Amino acid sequence: MRKVFYIVRKEFLQVFRNRMMLPIIFVMPLAQLLILAYAVTYEIKHIDLFICDIDNTMISREFTGHFIHSPFYNVKYQERSISKGMDELRKGKVHQMIVILPGFEKALNQGRPVRVQVINDAINSSAAALMNAYTLSIIQHFNRNNIEAHFITRGTPAQVNLEYSYWFNPDLNYKTFMVPGILVLLVTLIGMFLSGMNVVREKEIGTIEQINVTPLRKTQFIAGKLIPFWIIGLLELAFGLVLARLFFNIPILGNIPLIFMVAAVFLLVVTGLGLLISTLVNTQQQSMFISWFILVIFILLSGLFTPIESMPQWAKVLTFLNPIAHFIEIMRLVMLKGAGLKHILQPLGVLVLYAAVILSLAIKKYRKTT
Amino acid sequence: MNKPDGNKWKVIVVENLVKKFGSFVANDHLNFEVGGGEIFGFLGANGAGKTTAMRILCGLSKPTSGNVKVAGFDVYTQTEKIKAHIGYMSQRFSLYEDLTVSENFQFYGGIYGLNRMQIKEKLENMLSRLQLEAMRKRLIRTLPPGIRQKVAFSVAIMHEPEIAFLDEPTGGVDPITRRQFWEMIYETAARGITVFVTTHYMDEAEYCDRISIMVDGRIEALDTPAELKKQHDVSSINDVFLKLARKPARNIQL
Repeated sequence: MRKVFYIVRKEFLQVFRNRMMLPIIFVMPLAQLLILAYAVTYEIKHIDLFICDIDNTMISREFTGHFIHSPFYNVKYQERSISKGMDELRKGKVHQMIVILPGFEKALNQGRPVRVQVINDAINSSAAALMNAYTLSIIQHFNRNNIEAHFITRGTPAQVNLEYSYWFNPDLNYKTFMVPGILVLLVTLIGMFLSGMNVVREKEIGTIEQINVTPLRKTQFIAGKLIPFWIIGLLELAFGLVLARLFFNIPILGNIPLIFMVAAVFLLVVTGLGLLISTLVNTQQQSMFISWFILVIFILLSGLFTPIESMPQWAKVLTFLNPIAHFIEIMRLVMLKGAGLKHILQPLGVLVLYAAVILSLAIKKYRKTT
Repeated sequence: MNKPDGNKWKVIVVENLVKKFGSFVANDHLNFEVGGGEIFGFLGANGAGKTTAMRILCGLSKPTSGNVKVAGFDVYTQTEKIKAHIGYMSQRFSLYEDLTVSENFQFYGGIYGLNRMQIKEKLENMLSRLQLEAMRKRLIRTLPPGIRQKVAFSVAIMHEPEIAFLDEPTGGVDPITRRQFWEMIYETAARGITVFVTTHYMDEAEYCDRISIMVDGRIEALDTPAELKKQHDVSSINDVFLKLARKPARNIQL
């Protein structure tokens, strides 16, 4: 144990003697939270819209007025040329076009169904789906007003009214959803890169030989290398949680010690993975490439940006092997829903198993004798 | 372990050591013994196979075949026991450049299992012997190469090993520092620590009790410097070396 302490102390001395380290540890979380939480959003505002109102009557203008006054739309053109609208769509100047053909008012007044054409730029399919949803809700709203205004004398038909209640994120605040996941990324990056670069750096400098020629046990070596980055990772998480609470008003409903307990297990997985990579490669460059390769897959399949539920079956199987996905799930459950230990046993169990496998591999693959 | 007196105690026993990398034979049936407290010079041109053999003796690499015992332990099965009884100073730099002299001492002392008091004592002894008291808080990277090498040697023997393996310890060091370094080697040997040293400087070879000269993976000569000079009828080890190493069949940098 005393030997492990000497390694840990040496690693801390080296980390904090590196002038870049402190800024990285404190500025990185701030930048990540600010940029990712504010910029990466599922909400769409200011959709560039082309309105082609050929009918140009009172009712058609009332209809288009709903779009003009909506905060989600930015009406760029109101012209009567369909071909101009098509051009603007092709150029990417507008993302949606609405065409109202002649006879719109007439048909409505006669109580006949009428058609409005909506063309969406569906290059980004999820954005297109959202635009469609906004448009539909505006049209429904228009329909209801129209029915009430013109047919009130005949009595309003009975309707089922839906009332929604949004649990766990009542304001439908996007940041509430993102921040727990971003905290996970933060801890992952710090843990994986610090450890992934460490052993291989000693290989490059040559000091690893000097350690390999001592009677130090492999377990002691890996423990001594792992503990410093494990501690830094936990401090990073604490710092991130404070930022989330103070600047983003993210609710932390669950038990904070529970969050740290899970993070402690999760950090064993990522620092262990970093050390494993580090023991297998010969240069920091190789370590960097492999770490990035793994991280990109883990992050994209983590459920942070796209819901795991909508992935194909094979990808869902892959996410089961993804420690980041499990930790993000747990973080959302605990932070936003106040889940307790009994609610997170399954993903936590996977992480514990993962940590055990990765650490044994790292110890096994580290060779003192070639 | 019962340790017989004097030169009878063989701290290194090598019989028919062979090390192959693929089809390349780096060490071709080496046979030699090194006695306790001896200064053993391990000579050879670049690529002759010196470092390969030394890494095997230190338990960093496994031999292809042959029997090798170091400090009484087998290099196939007891490498970790060997490591507790040897010190190693590699050709490449072995101290952490971003740590100070005393931090390096604490780290290596710590992983060799020395306690706080022992580390402090070793550090103070080294600083006063090398007159480096003012340098204890200096980062290694700010020290001149000669001083770094002396500190590295002190680190390699701070746990009082039976054998110190030094791989070209005086490479790139000025003549005065080399002389001081050899004084350190003599002091070490006088304390009963066997010194196994490789070098390219033939004048240094004269300081050794016995030397071996490797050519193309084989040991071509093994005796005291005086005896080797007599055998080859020359006046210096440099001439012995040139005679033996004149026609290496291979010229490969390992």
